[in-house]
Amino acid sequence: MERLQIIAQVTDIFKDVLDNDDITLTDATTAKEVDDWDSLNHIQLVVAIEKHFNIRFTAKEIHSWQNVGELVDSVAGKV
Amino acid sequence: MKDFANLKRNLKKDASALKPIKVALLGDIATQFLSVAIRGVGYEHGYNLQLWEADFNQVERQVFDPASELHAYDAEVIIIFRSSHKLLGKYNKYKGNPTSFAADELNGIKSIYDTLASVNPKVKVIYYNYAEIDDSVFGNYANKVAASFLFQLRKLNFLLMEYATEVPNLHVCDLSSVQNQVGKATFFQPSVYINSEMVLSIEVLPAIAYKTQGIISALQGKFNKCLILDLDNTTWGGIIGDDGIENIQIGALGIGKAFSEFQYWVKKLKQRGIIVAVCSKNTESIAREPFEKHPDMVLKLDDIAVFVANWENKVDNIRKIQGILNIGFDSMVFLDDNPFERNMVREGIPQLTVPELPEDPAEYLEYLYPLNLFETVSFTNDDAERTRQYQVEAQRATLFEKFTNEDDFLQNLAMVSVVEPFTRFNTPRVAQLSQRSNQFNLRTVRYTEADLEALAASADYHTFSFTLEDKFGNNGLICVLILQQESPDVLFIDTWLMSCRVLKRGMENFTLNTIANFAQEKGYKYLKGEYIATAKNAMVEQHYGKLGFEPDGAYWLLNLAQYQPQKAFIDKK
Repeated sequence: MERLQIIAQVTDIFKDVLDNDDITLTDATTAKEVDDWDSLNHIQLVVAIEKHFNIRFTAKEIHSWQNVGELVDSVAGKV
Repeated sequence: MKDFANLKRNLKKDASALKPIKVALLGDIATQFLSVAIRGVGYEHGYNLQLWEADFNQVERQVFDPASELHAYDAEVIIIFRSSHKLLGKYNKYKGNPTSFAADELNGIKSIYDTLASVNPKVKVIYYNYAEIDDSVFGNYANKVAASFLFQLRKLNFLLMEYATEVPNLHVCDLSSVQNQVGKATFFQPSVYINSEMVLSIEVLPAIAYKTQGIISALQGKFNKCLILDLDNTTWGGIIGDDGIENIQIGALGIGKAFSEFQYWVKKLKQRGIIVAVCSKNTESIAREPFEKHPDMVLKLDDIAVFVANWENKVDNIRKIQGILNIGFDSMVFLDDNPFERNMVREGIPQLTVPELPEDPAEYLEYLYPLNLFETVSFTNDDAERTRQYQVEAQRATLFEKFTNEDDFLQNLAMVSVVEPFTRFNTPRVAQLSQRSNQFNLRTVRYTEADLEALAASADYHTFSFTLEDKFGNNGLICVLILQQESPDVLFIDTWLMSCRVLKRGMENFTLNTIANFAQEKGYKYLKGEYIATAKNAMVEQHYGKLGFEPDGAYWLLNLAQYQPQKAFIDKK
């Protein structure tokens, strides 16, 4: 799957989980720049992404991402 | 069942019109998502759960510190979630003999409960039992080693059940059974646990929240009381009218086994006190035949409180059943294999619970178990009698149609009532009525057994319980009054509630005559009543007015000097 496709689908998941249609994500986006993307919602986002792509992240991965790009890299490595 | 994301959305909806309940949640692991899920399910069930959540891992501090936020919050319901993971951690560091670990833990739970109950004797505590972790240190042999963790965890769950049988206000929420239903891989997600200290996966949260809310709703008197069954392909395999009694499927062979096991389940529900009714599109005599003659039928006619089989539509028939039973549609469950009938009934009576039975009868039970349709917070011997009482009610309804004059009908019933104060023997039933009566309940004050014992012992209170028996049978204890001395002249009716199965028998008149006589003998001058409106008790809004009380501000007064005994056809036994 293309990275662009993944980022588009991840964006939709963010919109759905955080209940906010104004979210746009790029590789450089960090948690600070997205309203409500706190450590708790992060867990809900991760689980929703896992379910959508039918993948599992390791505990370390969930903790390691510095920005959306790194998250998308993890997804791309599994699908 | 809604998923977590949808339950979370419920929190943004306006719950201000819903009934508020103050709930506290304490956990030894992170509970933020659990709290969201429980509030979301509360909204689904029509409650505005005002949930106070303790900070992480504060169970003991909040419970044992008399000045804690928990005690200041004064919750009606306290949920305690101590996880198996923390239990394992404690076991790992346990200094004593491992064989006494579970007993030690239970003592800890007892002191938590005792402390909560000493601060607020009415508080209801929901304690989550322990989902199993098999650490496999001993392999299967763990079952033979009392010191193994698995042995101690299972023992603790068992000790907890035993303890709960002794303590009416402690309710065990069966987390372990949820894990058995969904499987541990679904129940627990290690990566989430490592990153967030949450031991429940997002996927399983709704199941646990629904299970928890089931107890909370039941504590509010909201639970299912009646199961209505379709017959063909629901209660037995095949169509009785086409296939004939020899060819319907039931018994040990093939798919018949699924229907037999289903019937055993229904029979156990009936024995527990769930009212079972039949609603079938059939010719009545043909529909009754298997119940009378088929050797493999588990359910018999005397298990069925109301039997309706005809060619009318099921919405009307279910309304008819409801009319006879006189319980709310929102406490009835309808099982039918036919999607068309289900949809029609759902549309006609939206309050009814209509599970989407799977196509394959082999899957009926495994589909029904996790729905937890029949939650309860009490169980008495009277429950098991209920079906018979409702059957008798159906006979009474038939007799009533023969009389044109209501007084003649009532006279003909030859009714007698036993009037007694609360005793050791009737208190459990009185407490149960106090918990479950919604419609004929003037003030809807809920009392537990312990409350009632205290009231019965108090000099300021006078307690009355009434039974009702007639020529068709005994309804048991069906009416409760608690009178409180407000002044030497005034006796206040703190509680007046009655089971709806004895409506329209003049029981209200008989009850009033009884307490008016009592009050006069004791030298009181006035009886004072109050009606507190709830979503369900509109039927008694004019209760005191009809009985001759005069409005007095928010209250109703009866001047005993001018009291004329009401017409009643009930004799004191």
